[in-house]
Amino acid sequence: MSLRVGIDIGSTTVKVVVLNEQNKLLFRSYERHFSKTRERALETLHSIQDMLAGQKIKVTITGSAGLGVANAAGIDFVQEVYATAAAVNTYIPDTDAVIELGGEDAKIIFFGGALEERMNGSCAGGTGAFIDQMATLMNVTVTELDALSLKHEKIYPIASRCGVFAKSDIQPILNQGGRKEDVAASIFQAVVDQTVAGLTQGRELKGKIVFLGGPLHFLMGLRQRFVETLKLDGEHAIFPEDGDCFAAMGAALCATDYEPVLFETVLKKLEDSAETTTLVDTMPPLFENQEEYDAFVARHNANRPPEVDIHTYTGPAWLGLDSGSTTIKLALITENGGLLYTYYHSNLGNPVSIVLEQLKKIYELCGDRIEIKGAAVTGYGEDLIKNAFNCDLGLVETMAHYKAAAHFEPDVDFIIDIGGQDMKCFKIRNGAVDSIMLNEACSSGCGSFIETFAKALGYDIATFSKLGLFTQKPVNLGSRCTVFMNSSVKQAQKDGASVEDISAGLSTSIVKNAIYKVIRAASADDLGQHIVVQGGTFLNDAVLRAFEQELGRNVTRPVISGIMGAFGAALAARDLHLEKSSLLGPKALEKFVHTAKPATCGLCTNHCSLTVNSFDGGRRFISGNRCSRPLGEEPTRQPDLMRYKYAKLRALHGKGQGDGSRGRIGIPFGLNMYENLPFWFELFTRLNFEVVLSPESSRKLYLKGQRTIPSDTVCYPAKLLHGHVEALVEAGVDAIFYPCMPYNFNEGVSDNNYNCPVVAYYPELLAANVPELKTTRFLDPYFGLHRPKDFERRAGEWFFNEFQVPKRETSAAVKAAYAAYEAYKNDLRETGRAYIDQARREGKPILVVAGRPYHMDPEINHGINDLITSYGFILVTEDAVAYLEDKAPRHVLNQWTYHARMYNAARYVCTQKDMELIQLVSFGCGIDAITGDEMRSILEQGGKLYTQLKIDDISNLGAVKIRIRSLMAAIEARKEH
Amino acid sequence: MAKLVYDESGRLLFTKEMKEEYTLLMPQMLPVHFGMLKKLLECEGYKVDMLTTNHRGIVDEGLKYVHNDTCYPALLVIGQLIDAVKHGGYDPHKVGLLITQTGGGCRASNYIHLLRKALEKADMAYIPVVSVNLSGLEKNPGFSLTLPFVRKAVYAMMYGDIIVNVANQVRPYEVKEGAADEMIDHWSQKLVDGFQAGKGMSRAQMRQNFDAICADFAAIPVAGEPKIRVGVVGEIYVKFAPLGNNNLEKFLLSEGVEPVVPGLTDFIIFKIFNRVSDVDLYGGKWIKKAACKAFMAYIEGCQKDMIEALERSGRFRAPGTFRQLHSLVQGYLGDGNKMGEGWLLTAEMLELIHSGTNNIVCTQPFGCLPNHIVGKGMIRKLKDDYPYSNIVAIDYDPGATKINQENRIKLMLANAKGLTHQEAAPQRAPQPQREPKLAHANV
Repeated sequence: MSLRVGIDIGSTTVKVVVLNEQNKLLFRSYERHFSKTRERALETLHSIQDMLAGQKIKVTITGSAGLGVANAAGIDFVQEVYATAAAVNTYIPDTDAVIELGGEDAKIIFFGGALEERMNGSCAGGTGAFIDQMATLMNVTVTELDALSLKHEKIYPIASRCGVFAKSDIQPILNQGGRKEDVAASIFQAVVDQTVAGLTQGRELKGKIVFLGGPLHFLMGLRQRFVETLKLDGEHAIFPEDGDCFAAMGAALCATDYEPVLFETVLKKLEDSAETTTLVDTMPPLFENQEEYDAFVARHNANRPPEVDIHTYTGPAWLGLDSGSTTIKLALITENGGLLYTYYHSNLGNPVSIVLEQLKKIYELCGDRIEIKGAAVTGYGEDLIKNAFNCDLGLVETMAHYKAAAHFEPDVDFIIDIGGQDMKCFKIRNGAVDSIMLNEACSSGCGSFIETFAKALGYDIATFSKLGLFTQKPVNLGSRCTVFMNSSVKQAQKDGASVEDISAGLSTSIVKNAIYKVIRAASADDLGQHIVVQGGTFLNDAVLRAFEQELGRNVTRPVISGIMGAFGAALAARDLHLEKSSLLGPKALEKFVHTAKPATCGLCTNHCSLTVNSFDGGRRFISGNRCSRPLGEEPTRQPDLMRYKYAKLRALHGKGQGDGSRGRIGIPFGLNMYENLPFWFELFTRLNFEVVLSPESSRKLYLKGQRTIPSDTVCYPAKLLHGHVEALVEAGVDAIFYPCMPYNFNEGVSDNNYNCPVVAYYPELLAANVPELKTTRFLDPYFGLHRPKDFERRAGEWFFNEFQVPKRETSAAVKAAYAAYEAYKNDLRETGRAYIDQARREGKPILVVAGRPYHMDPEINHGINDLITSYGFILVTEDAVAYLEDKAPRHVLNQWTYHARMYNAARYVCTQKDMELIQLVSFGCGIDAITGDEMRSILEQGGKLYTQLKIDDISNLGAVKIRIRSLMAAIEARKEH
Repeated sequence: MAKLVYDESGRLLFTKEMKEEYTLLMPQMLPVHFGMLKKLLECEGYKVDMLTTNHRGIVDEGLKYVHNDTCYPALLVIGQLIDAVKHGGYDPHKVGLLITQTGGGCRASNYIHLLRKALEKADMAYIPVVSVNLSGLEKNPGFSLTLPFVRKAVYAMMYGDIIVNVANQVRPYEVKEGAADEMIDHWSQKLVDGFQAGKGMSRAQMRQNFDAICADFAAIPVAGEPKIRVGVVGEIYVKFAPLGNNNLEKFLLSEGVEPVVPGLTDFIIFKIFNRVSDVDLYGGKWIKKAACKAFMAYIEGCQKDMIEALERSGRFRAPGTFRQLHSLVQGYLGDGNKMGEGWLLTAEMLELIHSGTNNIVCTQPFGCLPNHIVGKGMIRKLKDDYPYSNIVAIDYDPGATKINQENRIKLMLANAKGLTHQEAAPQRAPQPQREPKLAHANV
């Protein structure tokens, strides 16, 4: 029998193994291919020429990037999960499950019974590439990240769905001084959660588990997180010695069935296949030639502020700081905006120490000649930096950028800023910031994405982006969220695109993301006449060029585009006209110390993850809080209808007016129950059932049910239900009642009265996926409450069949239930009215928070209501004002009850001077893609600002704060006009 | 040039004048069925073009003009229409757009509104959009679905289903490549010609035609061992449209398997059935229910003819009846689960498994709301009940790459090949937890 060779070409590495007849490993290699897949494989094969020359061998290729190579070369291909399963069957036969993490793949294989295999979908979150990205973000190597994680003290919750989310969770923690050790461990925990949640889909991971793949082979911290999370002992957690090469070994094993070929033939096939690859989808080049590029550079370099020599200048100066997500920017300016000093650097995960160092340097340069008369700070790290160094002013980023842009282009009507990790765009209307578009949802990658990619391909960012400038055929990589772009790039590599083509393609993709995904513009005119671009990413000429090409018009990029936030902050500091700045002086900086400690606030159910920053002299700054309680102050609450409603609903448990003699009915507190609970509570208690509500939602409750969630892209409110029903089973109720409700109440203001499919049918999904429900009676009948007479009849039958309740008794209870629901609605409206009256008496602004009823769950909205009222707003919900408008034709199909309420609330807000509206949208909510656009158009036509807050399972309020503060700034600006 | 006329709500109407001058563009979902529909519309005096374009530009136009979080089919259909208007060589002032409209609780019911918004955004609000629906929504003076037309359309659907069904069973084995497709062209032309002459539209004639179709396809020379069968179910557009599913059927064929794609008939019956079950579940007018039941009974009758013709042929596998599908899904989903493909999708998977097609690709647009429940949400239970079922859920969206999708399908196929070696375990008989509460239309 001949030797067998397995070649595993993954997304980032090539693995080659040689097996002998006894399945013994004769050779193995594991190497990064930097997108040169075929070449790398060939090189490795050449290196073992001595072993194989002149022999007939059996060879197959496997791996996510292997298919293209195999097809082109005419070598047999075997799917990688299948190959892995074959290897495990051979080498570790009594395995129950395999967890394999690769560069961009995560897989679980279940043995026992029929083989069951799972791969991650189109999302690359929770894989090696994700860990690489996170390490880059923290400015450490992957090995260092691993070492750090082993010294953790606490674990932060980090979104386990996709890398982009995780990034926006990690950044605030870092910016606010969280320990790197804890963040490192939290990143690994996120990978574990992603794997367990995303791939097990209801099947439990137990027994003997084998861990495979590069990351699990090399990263001890990651291993530790898996073992702890799955509660495994040494016997049940197997980390095989060649765990990084198992797929290749499997491929070699699978080769047994194929015909042997001469080694030289295989080499030749691989060598010859280079020519056969073709590029399918290309775009026009960024620049045709050097002249075109030179003209472009000259045009943009014309926009520069005067530079003033800090070594000779004497007089006042103002300092602006922009503590961004990945970078820190400083600008020191003179009265007329002349630049004395600028700084732009990665924040290395610790902005405080960099600012300290820079301030010291600036003071030294200033000497006695220059007096800093004001300092302002903006950006994600605003609060921390402001408190650490006693800055005079903190301002929201949008305002800082507007100030800077207006300095260069007074007529500016559109600003787009693409930074390391976030993208901000906003229109300027009447001198105020209007329509802010942030990328908090799914395309956050931006600059840091190109950077990570550059590194993955073995380049630094500057070199990498220049590569693409003159390529004649940039590859078209699409315009989806950057995480998905990984697979587009993989495909391009397969098709034979060069690094140059990919570089240019990535620049265009990011631009397309910004224009079509975040801004959703159809043409350049949609943006504006005078567009100013800024942010570090636009320093990249390829990106800027792609942007102009895509829009078909020239834009303004000030030379200092990377530090516009800081420059704007400095201008704002100047406009304070202070006599003296409170900024820490050189002496104070000498003895400046900073320590940060994580803590969890236990004062309410939000359980905010706090970071306690201590500075010298006992100064403290606590971040991560939503209210002022952890600061030792009792919060002064503004009226808040969300809080009111929530408390009212939570009180609906127990026996009510009945005696509870018919048993205990469990009701999961989620989705449509936030609307219908007053109805069901009355109905059941009248019929002498005791109502048991599931506990309040929490992250813990979510994790409890996480493993049974079959679709990881469904919205968070739905996912929570798994934990709720499990908790009810544990509570030992006699039955759980959770009806399927395709129809909602008909409020007469829409064409139909549907619920969304998820709200309508989730009970059936729970019945099919939560094993615990087999042990408890689970009642999920189809009910519609929109036809009271018919419901009464149906309920009569149903209660008789299920519980032998006499029909007459049910009839009476149903009538009482309708009355109770009516009373609940009326109470909300009256309370809302009272709150509005109070606001008007006290001259306070009113904020209508429009969303779905379940958005009042504090675990779903993460305490956004507390944040809103802390800014001085009085908060009412959409249903408190929606009834004040009648039905009107809409530009979209208006057939969902909740949507109709939101539309009417928006219309009502347009008629009220002192009201603003914010829409809450759950990530993954497909139908809010429709309501969002319609709400925007209603509000904009009514002269109001549209603000949408996307909420997810992760409580990062950074983006929320920017929006609310920008909204406040816009209200202010409107008052002045 | 035709005058632009608006109704009282401000909607641009498709006028009689436009019927003379304009070309109506329609998207393609099922190549065979829609091809016949197009011919039928032409016979009614409309100028119609069915769009068969398939290139990246369509997605780009869609991304530009449709909210990116909207489902992928909307993005494609609208992108394709706008791409055609802009680059298809038409005079934009001489085209109208045809689009179907349903009224379900799925966001897909919004297509027509999204299309109008997109046109507005593209400065082409002067292009009339014509709704094709059976609910009497959005009437147009220049476009009406007459009862005879609807009847022809229903017949076209039935013929389409049987042709696609038998062609799918021949194509993987045909000796002369393209023979099955030639036969499809031959029959769709022949049938439409017949419609014009008033032929082929009685039950008796249809039965004859069914037999003739079966005979003609059975006569195509075939060779080779039976191949592994792979079922395709899913959201209706990505399930059927090659543009939506990256030519899934072609890919499956190239992998050496036989695709099995349940037809459209059940979906049509399902949509009528929902109106019946709505009345049963929540109350409503009995007359509406009775009318729907009659319509349903008619189509179920046609379906029965088709199944019998396939069985008579002795050559082709026949699908189950709608009633059988409905009984299979008991214990999984209730009758009220009707948004999108609703319980029918799960029922189709069950039917495939019961008819020996254990390998299934379940297609859906990324983030498809109903499929969270009826697709991905039911796979776990199917796997528990039928351990040898081999189902892969594939998401389609503008960013999902073909290679990723194909890799996952390949995994499923590798499993399928592995499974054929293993002895299939005895299948668990479906155990209805709930008796079907609905009396079926009498067939």
